[in-house]
Amino acid sequence: MSENRINNNEQLALDDGRRVKVLSPGMMVFKRFIRNKLAIAGIIILTFMFVFSFLGGVISPYRQDQVFYKTDSANKEYASAVVNNEYRFFTPDGAQLSTLVRANFSRVVKDAGEDDVAFEADGASWNVHRLGENFYAIGTAKELGSVTMLGKIVDVKAKPGEEISDAVKDAALKAVQGGSLQFEADGQSYMLTKGKAKSYTLGTMSEAGVASLLNFNAFSGEDDALVSGYGFRRAAELALRSGEQTFEADGEAYRLDSDGDDSAVIYRANSDEAMASVSNVIVSPMTTGATLEMDYKAAVAEAISQKQMAFEYVNAAGETEKHTIRMRGNNYIIYTEQQTYLIDMYAAPSMAHPLGTDDHGMDVLTRLMYGGRISLMVGFGISGYFGGWVDTLLMRFVDLFNSIPYYPMMIIAGAIMDAFEVPPYTRIFLLMAIMGIMGWTGVARVVRGQILSLREQDFMVATEATGVRVSRRIFRHLVPNVMPLLIVQATMGLGSIILTEATLSFLGLGIKYPLASWGSIINAASNIYVMTNFWYIWIPAGVLIVLTVLGFNFVGDGLRDAFDPKMKR
Amino acid sequence: MWKFIVRRTALALVIIFLGAFIIYGVMRCLPTSFVEGLARQRAAASSSTGGKSYQQWLAELNEAYHMNDDVFTGYFNWLGGVLKGDFGESWKYGIPVVEKFNQVIWYSVVLNIITLILEVVICIPLGIQAARHQYSGFDYGITVFAMLCISLPTFFLATVLKYIFAVRLNWFDLYGIVGRYHEQLSASGKIWDMVQHMVLPTLTLTMLNVGGLTRYTRTNMLEVLNADYIRTARAKGLSERVVINRHAFRNTLIPLVSYMSYLVPSLFAGSMITETLYQIPGIGYISYDAMVAGDLPFTMFYSVFLLALTQASLMLADIMYAVVDPRVRVN
Repeated sequence: MSENRINNNEQLALDDGRRVKVLSPGMMVFKRFIRNKLAIAGIIILTFMFVFSFLGGVISPYRQDQVFYKTDSANKEYASAVVNNEYRFFTPDGAQLSTLVRANFSRVVKDAGEDDVAFEADGASWNVHRLGENFYAIGTAKELGSVTMLGKIVDVKAKPGEEISDAVKDAALKAVQGGSLQFEADGQSYMLTKGKAKSYTLGTMSEAGVASLLNFNAFSGEDDALVSGYGFRRAAELALRSGEQTFEADGEAYRLDSDGDDSAVIYRANSDEAMASVSNVIVSPMTTGATLEMDYKAAVAEAISQKQMAFEYVNAAGETEKHTIRMRGNNYIIYTEQQTYLIDMYAAPSMAHPLGTDDHGMDVLTRLMYGGRISLMVGFGISGYFGGWVDTLLMRFVDLFNSIPYYPMMIIAGAIMDAFEVPPYTRIFLLMAIMGIMGWTGVARVVRGQILSLREQDFMVATEATGVRVSRRIFRHLVPNVMPLLIVQATMGLGSIILTEATLSFLGLGIKYPLASWGSIINAASNIYVMTNFWYIWIPAGVLIVLTVLGFNFVGDGLRDAFDPKMKR
Repeated sequence: MWKFIVRRTALALVIIFLGAFIIYGVMRCLPTSFVEGLARQRAAASSSTGGKSYQQWLAELNEAYHMNDDVFTGYFNWLGGVLKGDFGESWKYGIPVVEKFNQVIWYSVVLNIITLILEVVICIPLGIQAARHQYSGFDYGITVFAMLCISLPTFFLATVLKYIFAVRLNWFDLYGIVGRYHEQLSASGKIWDMVQHMVLPTLTLTMLNVGGLTRYTRTNMLEVLNADYIRTARAKGLSERVVINRHAFRNTLIPLVSYMSYLVPSLFAGSMITETLYQIPGIGYISYDAMVAGDLPFTMFYSVFLLALTQASLMLADIMYAVVDPRVRVN
């Protein structure tokens, strides 16, 4: 240690330059400054804010005006279904059933049970023959005679004026013995209607149509006409009711796949592709103009017949949809979890959005970063105006500007910019300019106060006495003494400008959507609903403002203490 | 001294004259004026009955409200009225401006006086204590607290207070000066109701202002404590209490009084942001409303009032300075 040796070996004079380490005034200030804990805290806060705002905006994966969407599943009424209890009538080509006949049919068929019934309408007698459950043939009846059973003897009597051939008699005999009420003979269809005791009425029935509760749906439009045709319906439903697997209609063979209930699927005999579905459920879409897939209708019918209250359905896109069924009156309402594409408003904090999203569905954290940029920029933009401090000469101007009420002026300026629809970026610069013009007077006043007090001090009196030029007095003697104050004022001023900008933005006069500033982000809290429910939208912005201003104030305060030689540390 | 006052007053009048003109000009520049709004409203109201169109209304109302005059004529007309003591009738409120002002100003004054008293009671002891124990933990605590108060944006503080006390704790109403059932209350109940509604605004204003005054007191006290006469007092063997209370505190008062003299006129200025946020119908909130609506007479009156107030406070500050500190020459 060479220095130690020097100290040991030679005695230094008390005023020896080597005894004290002389620091330059700047260094002194710096040393005092960094010893101030609060000032260091301020510096750290400010560094963080700058990194957050200027780097954060770059790093953030989102843009400040990027709107996020979400898909929301809401239970929507999708379709309604009803178990059909109104008969549908199918008639051969050319034939028709009058409304009266239909109404009469519906009336008598209710109490028919398993028996055939008859009614009179349109001046003819009609016979309703039960072909299966809820499946009837309707035809005009013509009475030929009666069949009476006496023990084992069956007596077939013809009505006066009618004749019954032996073949028919035989067939009738067989039918009665076999317990069947319908038979065919000579290519003609006959039927027996149960009368009193063990007697039957024998008559012919020329079928005018069939009535059914079932609903046939063709999978392709081409088959629509076929499926609702009389021949096909009759054959298919007969097969369904009698539990047969195949049937023939119009010379074509079909396959029937029934699960025993009222529903079935019909295939062409030579094909595996479903051609039509059968069910007693009518499914219709909830929204007019929409069409439902056949598969879907089948699925609904299936679910209803199984008395399931929920079912899954694989839609055309291969996605599994969940549907729930609820009763409303006699109808079934099918609800589906429909995915709606929404703006992701007020999303709670999550991994993707650490501070959630705001009312426009924008990421709050990203907007805070960009907002910080603007807030800090506005602050520094205006600090440029502090250069005009020498303008103490223009004190009268200062007084004028100083007297003009600040907020009224800013509100009017904001309203004017609103009206002219100034673009957001231009607006920022205009705002900075106006705030600068309005704001520099505060600094000027403080500087003036300082100069007033300096002017009275002895060293200024001395310069006056020694006849120093006025300009030299001002620039060489006054200015250096005001400089520290000015720096402090500027630092503190930055904080207050950020506050002002935030206030203006909060009032909706400052930075406009879609650009963000911290004040405009907090503006969301002026909506009570947002304030009470979505703290994560406005609290972070407020905390950032407070921290930044606090940082500036700490630094300013530390600077003031450091500049002031009277301050002992 | 008198010469100074006369000169300063003359200057103040010039500044008020120019300032009022600037504000008048800016107000006239407003693209959506009160008259246009009114014309639109009337045209909409009478459109179903086949009344006058927007253009007709606009022309008529412009005539009625003297909006056709150019800025200079309008300003001097207004000024002529003012010199005769007539500030006109508020467009938005429909009553003479001065009357409306009288209705609302006292809310602001009461609010500000309470705030000022609280401020003084809190800040001066805190500031003095902080200065006495400079760089102690207490001092740091006070410094951070004061800085925090300075750094709080009004609207954020108000919103947080509202969130905590009105929404979460449900102690106070969110808005307004009176509660929903104000009319049914007894006389003392009415006053209590208003006091309750004043709590949050007062708290807000106090918190915002506490920081500045505390810092100011501390700084000045520190300066005084470093002065030679304090050392002399201590050297004389005076008790610490006497040193602080008799020697130091009195001298701290000099800058404090000048600081306060700035505050006194501002009692009447209202606090636009705070009043607006709490919807206290004081001068700040009402004038904000009037300004947004484009109510020219009321805005002009309020602005001139503020201009005069600022000038008065500057003058007062200068004079007070001379009064408390004989070393200062006012002219």
